[in-house]
Amino acid sequence: MSCVKKFTLGMIALFASLAVGVAHAEFEPTKPIDFVIMAGKGGGADKMARLMQSIVEKEELASRPLVPVNKSGGSGAEALVSLNSATDPDHTIMVTLNSFFTTPLRQPGLEIDIMSFAPIGRMAEDTFVLWVHKNEGVNSFEEFLAEAKARGSDWIMGGTGSAQEDQIITDFLNDTFGLEIKYIPYKGGGAVAKDLAGEQIDSSVNNPSEALGFYESGDVIPLVAFTSERLPMFPDVPTLAETGEDFAYYMQRAVVGAPGMSDEALAYYTDLFAKVYDSAEWQQYKSDKSLLGDYTSGDDLSNYWQVQRERHEVILKASGAIN
Amino acid sequence: MEIVTLLLDGVWAALQPTNLGLAFLGVIIGLFVGAMPGLGSVNGVAILLPFTFVIQEITGTISSPMIFLAAIYYGAMYGGAISSITLGIPGASTAVATTFDGRPMALSGNAEKALVIAAIASFAGGTVSNLILTGTAPLLASVALKFGNPEIFALMLLAFATFIGLSGDDIPKTIISICFGLVMSAVGFDIISGAPRLLLFDSTQWFSRGIQFLVLAIGVYGIGEMLWTINSSRDSLKMTEANITLDRVWNAIKSFPEAWRGTTIGSFLGFFVGILPAAGATPGSLMAYGVTKMVSKNQEEFGKGRADGVAAPEAANNSASTGAMLPMMTLGIPGSPTTAVLLAGMVIWGLQPGPLLFTNQPEFVWPLIGSFYISNVIAVTVNLACIPLFLKVLRMPFSILAPLIFVLSVVGTYAAYQNIYDVWLMLIFGIGAFLLRILDYPLAPAVLAIVLGPIAEPKLRQSLLLSDGSWMIFLERPIAGPITIAAIILLLLPLYGFIRKRMRSGKTS
Repeated sequence: MSCVKKFTLGMIALFASLAVGVAHAEFEPTKPIDFVIMAGKGGGADKMARLMQSIVEKEELASRPLVPVNKSGGSGAEALVSLNSATDPDHTIMVTLNSFFTTPLRQPGLEIDIMSFAPIGRMAEDTFVLWVHKNEGVNSFEEFLAEAKARGSDWIMGGTGSAQEDQIITDFLNDTFGLEIKYIPYKGGGAVAKDLAGEQIDSSVNNPSEALGFYESGDVIPLVAFTSERLPMFPDVPTLAETGEDFAYYMQRAVVGAPGMSDEALAYYTDLFAKVYDSAEWQQYKSDKSLLGDYTSGDDLSNYWQVQRERHEVILKASGAIN
Repeated sequence: MEIVTLLLDGVWAALQPTNLGLAFLGVIIGLFVGAMPGLGSVNGVAILLPFTFVIQEITGTISSPMIFLAAIYYGAMYGGAISSITLGIPGASTAVATTFDGRPMALSGNAEKALVIAAIASFAGGTVSNLILTGTAPLLASVALKFGNPEIFALMLLAFATFIGLSGDDIPKTIISICFGLVMSAVGFDIISGAPRLLLFDSTQWFSRGIQFLVLAIGVYGIGEMLWTINSSRDSLKMTEANITLDRVWNAIKSFPEAWRGTTIGSFLGFFVGILPAAGATPGSLMAYGVTKMVSKNQEEFGKGRADGVAAPEAANNSASTGAMLPMMTLGIPGSPTTAVLLAGMVIWGLQPGPLLFTNQPEFVWPLIGSFYISNVIAVTVNLACIPLFLKVLRMPFSILAPLIFVLSVVGTYAAYQNIYDVWLMLIFGIGAFLLRILDYPLAPAVLAIVLGPIAEPKLRQSLLLSDGSWMIFLERPIAGPITIAAIILLLLPLYGFIRKRMRSGKTS
């Protein structure tokens, strides 16, 4: 590479960074940023949030630190309420799951309108897989259906929260295949994984990231993935779609801003998390933990929320969780 | 033999200058965050988590950052006792039980004894649990897996049962106190259904987050105690002079054997509670205190500065913090809030916690376990060496100490959750605790209830969901059954004594 070329490239890079700098000169965090986590410590959402925090810290992406605060209460209600009443929306952001859609639907009394939250960026879509303990003697989805049917309500499914992702999938299985699986809500995916490994429950629909430790040790086996295509990590595990049911379910792993966040701050955070998304660490994590989905922000993310909210409204009405 | 080789290699790795330096630095930081009210090991570890990236880059190993964080965790367990004893404010939630006897002992002029006992008991607890961890980690992981929802609830019931006797004979007041704590722990959002509960004054700001345990503890032990001391020593506002001669410290070390019972119970019980996911060092230390008091022949001396009462919680919180490392490493789930942060760290460094960690990552696991032994030795040495320094605090006149306690309580409460409502709540609790103390209500049971309530309640309800509402689930299961029966017997014993006493006094009158 000639010197001239290097110089030109250098100048372009300099101008590009200046341009970016100008575009966001309007907002810089002036104090530590509250990074609310809509789940308890040690679960999938928590690990992911702390990974994001560390990437920001390591790559020095932000001038102020992100301060993680776990608010796991009430299926995310605690976190939503705290964001809704944030006194400093420009310094309050949150990592969300699908309870972002379901909890406001189930509890209209909280007076939360998710469309008023600032759409910063969707970092990934997490996947769901049906797991059983190896001692269960169930090795395929067909055998699972037969066994769960035979045991009726003695078949126990553990999952995170109530009327949330895990229960939605359980309800779907019950309705579609005429099962009577009993669902037990837990505070976090880590506890579910542990209780499945300890045979306290019969099955779970943990995210791969939550079940990976016990999958690698051979204690639990994956039976079916609730995705539209097979997961690269489990090439031998069929999808539910292959059995003829048109059902795929994902969980958003998105960062949102408190209602009332200024446009300048929104632009700043959108850019910040785009950099996190592009980092080698995040991409590595995404493939290690079987996460899907591209970075989505702004109106695209708002539209995605709209669609997801309507879908969850239909699901929750069908299951009788709301009228 | 293989384990011994692995451990020796690990200890050797931990003794390398970089790791030794990190452990030393970690212990010092830990002692500080532990001793500062409101800043527990959780805060210390969480704040310094991103910094470990730098350590990883410089040292090039994955065990060094963890050695650093684990040393903070250790140091904080020692540090918590310092403020519990010298100021009467628990430095961290894990040290609440240490105030029960440590503070009275300090007030009676034996502060150096309380500090020495706390340090040595901590060392004993840490060492015992390290040995158990080293020898039986994989086996214990499977024990932890056997503890499902009914088992953990039964254990929590047992913890409550051991505490019924905590306040001596006044059982109705103890039960009222426990109920008060339980009600406080129910505030916030229902875990199972997500419905809001007891959000008084229609204010989401105040109560939607629930009442944090530390807010109650600092209120009761910081402000409440301060008011109590002012009230009871109105005439003589002069603290007992604590002489700092090496002789006295040496005598205190020599007197340690009188705390053997508390140390033993704390070390083993703490470890066991620590390895159970969801519990952690705070319930562990409270339970150890309760059990030690229960089996002691001199129950009435507890709460007045008994050596066993200082040793039990301190041995237990160190033991439990090592124990909590076990489910973190082998099951991938945290046994305490601090290990939850450590767990996130492991994920960030690219480790997969789980049953295979010991096989797949021996170069991480063994230096870490080796460092537990080393950090423990560093912590006890530093702690004992600094006792004269800590005692300076006690030589301050109360007219200076009282404002200091007040400021530390306020700052500590705010620092813990960065919420100004918590500070008001803490002050209200403090004044309330003072009034209740005048009426002779025991407050330790309320503190216990607010710690255990949030653990026990979801376990109770999950169990009842499992059994379709049948309470027999707590008796039918092989592990839960015996624990429940033991708890019920313990609950009924003092009640029986109480009724018998009533009947007897009824007859004589």
